Amino acid sequence: MFRAIKYSLSLAAALTANFSFAAWDDLNMSPGATQLSQEIFGLHMTVFYVCLAIGIAVLLAMAFILFKYRKKEGVKPADFDDSTALEITWTVLFALILIVLAVPATSVMIKAYDDQEGDINILITGHQWKWQYEYIEDEVGFFSNLSTSLDKRNNLAPKDENYLLEVDEPLVIPTNTRVRFLITANDVIHSWWVPDFAIKQDAIPGFVNTGWTYVNEPGVFRGQCTELCGQYHGYMPIVVKAVSPEEYSTFIRDKKEAKIQQALLTEKLWSTSELMEIGEGIYQKNCVACHQIGGRGIPPVFPSLVGSEIVMRNKARHIEILMEGVQGAAMASYAEQLSEVEIAAVITYTRQAWGNAETGDGKIVIPKEILDYKTNKL
Amino acid sequence: MSAVIDSHHDDHHHGPAKGFSRWLYTTNHKDIGSMYLWFSLVMLFIGGAMAMVIRAELFEPGSQIVSPEFYNQMVTNHGLIMVFGVIMPAFVGFANWMIPMQIGAPDMALPRLNNLSFWILPVAFGILLSTFFMEGGAPNFGWTFYAPLSTEYAPPTVTFFIFSVHIMGASSIMGSINIITTILNMRAPGMTLMKMPLFVWSWFITAYLLIAVMPVLAGAVTMMLMDIHAGTSFFKAGGGGDPVLFQHIFWFFGHPEVYIMILPAFGIVSHIIETFSRKPIFGYSSMVYAIASIALLSFVVWAHHMFTVGMPIAGELFFMYSTMLIAIPTGVKVFNWLSTMFKGSLTFETPMLFAIAFVALFTIGGLSGIMLAIAPADFQYHDTYFVVAHFHYVLVPGALFSLLAAAYYWIPKWTGKMYDETLGKVHFWMSFISVNLTFFPMHFVGLAGMPRRIPDYAMQFADWNMMVSVGAFLFGISQLLFLFIVLKCIYNGKAATTEVWEGAKDKGFEWTVDSPAPYHTFSSPPSMESLKSSS
Ligand code: HEC
Ligand SMILES: [Cu+2]
Repeated sequence: MFRAIKYSLSLAAALTANFSFAAWDDLNMSPGATQLSQEIFGLHMTVFYVCLAIGIAVLLAMAFILFKYRKKEGVKPADFDDSTALEITWTVLFALILIVLAVPATSVMIKAYDDQEGDINILITGHQWKWQYEYIEDEVGFFSNLSTSLDKRNNLAPKDENYLLEVDEPLVIPTNTRVRFLITANDVIHSWWVPDFAIKQDAIPGFVNTGWTYVNEPGVFRGQCTELCGQYHGYMPIVVKAVSPEEYSTFIRDKKEAKIQQALLTEKLWSTSELMEIGEGIYQKNCVACHQIGGRGIPPVFPSLVGSEIVMRNKARHIEILMEGVQGAAMASYAEQLSEVEIAAVITYTRQAWGNAETGDGKIVIPKEILDYKTNKL
Repeated sequence: MSAVIDSHHDDHHHGPAKGFSRWLYTTNHKDIGSMYLWFSLVMLFIGGAMAMVIRAELFEPGSQIVSPEFYNQMVTNHGLIMVFGVIMPAFVGFANWMIPMQIGAPDMALPRLNNLSFWILPVAFGILLSTFFMEGGAPNFGWTFYAPLSTEYAPPTVTFFIFSVHIMGASSIMGSINIITTILNMRAPGMTLMKMPLFVWSWFITAYLLIAVMPVLAGAVTMMLMDIHAGTSFFKAGGGGDPVLFQHIFWFFGHPEVYIMILPAFGIVSHIIETFSRKPIFGYSSMVYAIASIALLSFVVWAHHMFTVGMPIAGELFFMYSTMLIAIPTGVKVFNWLSTMFKGSLTFETPMLFAIAFVALFTIGGLSGIMLAIAPADFQYHDTYFVVAHFHYVLVPGALFSLLAAAYYWIPKWTGKMYDETLGKVHFWMSFISVNLTFFPMHFVGLAGMPRRIPDYAMQFADWNMMVSVGAFLFGISQLLFLFIVLKCIYNGKAATTEVWEGAKDKGFEWTVDSPAPYHTFSSPPSMESLKSSS
């Protein structure tokens, strides 16, 4: 009932004043930020104008016929039913129009399909429901998650300009450099689309597709996953930040730095409360989507972590689940996505929170154990 | 042999049986046709209700009424139901009613098969819909059910889905065999193939398409079944399989399937335009050749649904060119319809209104189809609302409008009563306005970058989406009016004449029998002489 009222109110608002259409330029494709995207935009406009012209001609002819030949007293309809000459004429006409369209289409296609190596090569892996970026030459990488808060999605906080199009960590690429993307997926098929680059490539498990770009001006470019990939398909945006080559080198240096820091942290001695603090943050960011705030999940699909056998008493299996994921279920491996510290912290957090420490064995996990797990596997 | 037929004739009673067993055991093409049509009308409201849920969820940005998971179930089942449960069975319903009457045959060639092919359909959809009440929920992987989302990552109910698709396929194949057999063997003397009514031609070709591709679909779902339960790896990358193979197989079925849903519409619209123009159809033989070439081309264009899977460039170009070619026969049809109306004497009864809207709006859908065929531009269009707009333009004001037109056109012949013309026109204008309000803005949000199949969207798409939702609700309500008009016609319509439409009796055998058409028509074949205009 409340919803019905809310709907009719917003409906009334929409129909009266609120149809502002502030963004009339949002009616069309964006010309984008690269030469290729502009050529594709040009091609789109050419085809569009041709189709528009045909459409208008047909509809006008039709309107004319409908008006002129409506039934009138004493006017007999004609009874012709054929005209080979006419039919050949328009068939040839259609063929000519299509050839006119096919020529530019072919040449743009050939440009888009240039798959030489890039100056920088980035491996993009689609996961349910986040993107992973790895800079192949520099051996650094990270995951990029939606950063729009649940409150905004649930209408509890006002939405802003980049609602659903913002991430915790954008992909950074340098300007004036040929960047090649190698695109694949880890679970189901996703599709990596950045409209401003005119790149849309399916990310398919077992395949590596390529796309490339060459951006001239710094800027932030946003896109989304465009292949249905499960329940949070609408929540895995893409943000690419193009920066000057100097800024880019700093970015890569910082990333390498951070990687070394991480390794050191693993060796440090950790207290339960330190782990709990980090763990809670990790849980909010990575686990609530399925296991929910409060850890009770949505059984039977997403199990409750409160009072779970594994969480309360089976530490080894608990580590294994986080490291390996569960085959055939939505529970993915976090071995790549989270650092040793983070994994240890989130395990500790789930074993301590929600009363699990009291009902279960209350064992904590330290980063060293995760590192050992990894080493033993090798 | 003849003795058997004779003894059958002896105890032949000339009316339907009473009660439910009439419908359960019937072998009468008219009864079965009616059941197909009622079935698809019911499914239209079920699939339509799902569309309403989708549009309510998308009314505004932010999570509204359903979870993302349930949203995916709605999207999936809306598509499956509309394609397999509404458009296809409705055309089969018209085929059942009209093909025997249009070719002067007493019934379908294989009446018991006919009964079976109908009755397994409610079973198939009963199974599909029952998954909503099962653990894990209904199928949620889109009507295109791409692996591995539909195999390794599917809810357990996928097995029911596979079973249901198998049954639907069997029903279609049996129906097609029946239609082809009827057309080839039971035409009135003198009705050569090139004198067949266009609706019969369109179904003749459609039936062959169905026989060709339904087994391919069955193959695809069987491979899925094996991957899920028998440990094979057809589509499992981890086991050496190929997820893209699924898409090739699916679209090898799927693209002809698209034409299966539009070719019979071409036939229907040709008849209606001809009747209300009071002129013979223009370019009969090119109409037939156009349908045939569209059908043939439909087998070599499938990968235009897959321009972004990473095909080699030769593949991209081949599928781009072959797809563009389809525009030629399609354009021929549109021009022929216009030429049929040219210099005619046009009146605008409800069937004609729907048929004219079909031509106009199908043209829009066809033109956006040409845009989508341009492979490099499709990198930007693919899997956005631009595609959603395109295929809804060809399926709703396309296929669905042709079905509504056909219902208004033939219902006086079926029931012997006229529908309420004023209400019919109201229904038309409500549908026409709301269908454009619903689907036209989708072009804009698509071009502006809104992906399809998402339960929530970025702020810049908000205004248009609200407009789309308003249009969709109006369209939904308009179809309730259709149900009312049909019921009013059946229970309360004014008596219809034999001819029904001015000058129609030259246009086909169906207009030479009484209204309502007797339970058994043409126990002796009619003569082609009775149709003056068939040259
Ligand atoms: C995409 C949804 C999803 C996310 C995100 C997710 N899980 Fe899970 N998780 C599952 C599913 C589904 C299972 C059940 C797997 C099975 O056994 O079938 C599961 C199982 C588990 C279990 C075993 C529970 C039991 O009693 O069997 C643990 C522990 C767990 N997850 C911890 C986590 C932690 C910690 C995170 C965050 C780092 C996380 N999960 C993120 C879906 C998810
Ligand atoms: Cu995705």
